[in-house]
Amino acid sequence: MSEPRSDISEADLQAYADGELPESLRADVAAWLASHPEDAERIEAYRRIAEDLRSTYHSVLEEPVPERLRRTVRRAGTRRAAMIAGWMIVGAALGAIAGWQIHSLQPSAAATGDAAAGLPRRAAVAHATYSPEVRHPVEVGADQEAHLVSWLSKRLGTQLRAPKLESVGYTLVGGRLLPGENGPVAHFMYQCNRGTRVTLYVRNDVASNRSTAFRYSREGNVDVFYWVDSKVGYAVSSGDISKDYLLNVANAAYQQLNPP
Amino acid sequence: MNEAQRLVDLIPRLRRYARALVGDRATADDLVQDTLERAWAKLHLYRRGTDLRAWLFTVMHNVHVNRVRASRPTDTLEEEMPELAQRAAQGDALLVRDLDRGIACLPPEQRAVLLLVTLEEMSYEQVARTLGIPIGTVMSRLSRAREKLRALMQGQPVAAKLKVVK
Repeated sequence: MSEPRSDISEADLQAYADGELPESLRADVAAWLASHPEDAERIEAYRRIAEDLRSTYHSVLEEPVPERLRRTVRRAGTRRAAMIAGWMIVGAALGAIAGWQIHSLQPSAAATGDAAAGLPRRAAVAHATYSPEVRHPVEVGADQEAHLVSWLSKRLGTQLRAPKLESVGYTLVGGRLLPGENGPVAHFMYQCNRGTRVTLYVRNDVASNRSTAFRYSREGNVDVFYWVDSKVGYAVSSGDISKDYLLNVANAAYQQLNPP
Repeated sequence: MNEAQRLVDLIPRLRRYARALVGDRATADDLVQDTLERAWAKLHLYRRGTDLRAWLFTVMHNVHVNRVRASRPTDTLEEEMPELAQRAAQGDALLVRDLDRGIACLPPEQRAVLLLVTLEEMSYEQVARTLGIPIGTVMSRLSRAREKLRALMQGQPVAAKLKVVK
């Protein structure tokens, strides 16, 4: 039989009030409160505040939702449906003219004058050029990551980040500056412990100020996942790993680079 | 569309949180509307299968921070101060018993944490993810918010208390 703990922290008390404390500590906190009436009273007051808050604002949940809010979702939904329908029509027309099979809902980027036009192609070329390099894969190594990121950010005129891809098995090798279509491009290289490489291509000169969804393109033997957020276009490329695995890696980068 | 329906289903919770966050109904619903619009525009960034509610609250938090920044550059707390001080000068009992007003007296970042924990009943970890702050910060803000609110509800001298805590 152990003595009740006497080192109960303020954080423990708060967590106790919220039911966030692990089971194993609850009895200790309860014992502490039994012998510390001031704390007990305080925690009780916190609980009451939470209850009062819930009951004060509960009525909002039962109010009818104003029509203008419902309309916001419906209107946006219609716009989205119209956009997809538009892509399908353009795609069908292209398919008819060229006699191609339509591979997906969305026709190729170039065909629609899309915000991401040329992005996967250029990213794939950069990947194919630099990823086989043994001695000079990057200009600035990951040992100087902070410098690398601030240098590339300055050149591109936007705050960049090198995503952490350890969770999917890739560590940063470093990066370099590349010439793009209309200006500088940032190129980050990652490597797994078996030596396969993935590159992240970032440009800040996408003409139409429009975001796109996550997309895939196969360029020669390089797989590319890419997307555009406002003016910034991102592409994650590899020629060494399966498309499915690359999707994992690209997703990890995407989540970090485009927080909601 | 599936996500549209889920968004509509979450509107009452967004409204409840917004009401507690900003006080009056019209401003709260404006905040909800901006949130829904932004959520739609950014829906491609939402990862299917993850917690849509938490994601929406993150969107709302970002929208709110931007709105506050755009509309009033000064801190909310600073703005509330003169009114409270004035009450004191009038020899009022200086009691703030109304919960609504009590919440309004909290600094915005503490208010957000307290409301997510109590109204939305989010875990500390969910709050940390929603607001993009470390879990330790969630706990310290929560602790300060509660203590301040408790003092306010008990009618302790507000202005003096605020200065101490700040």
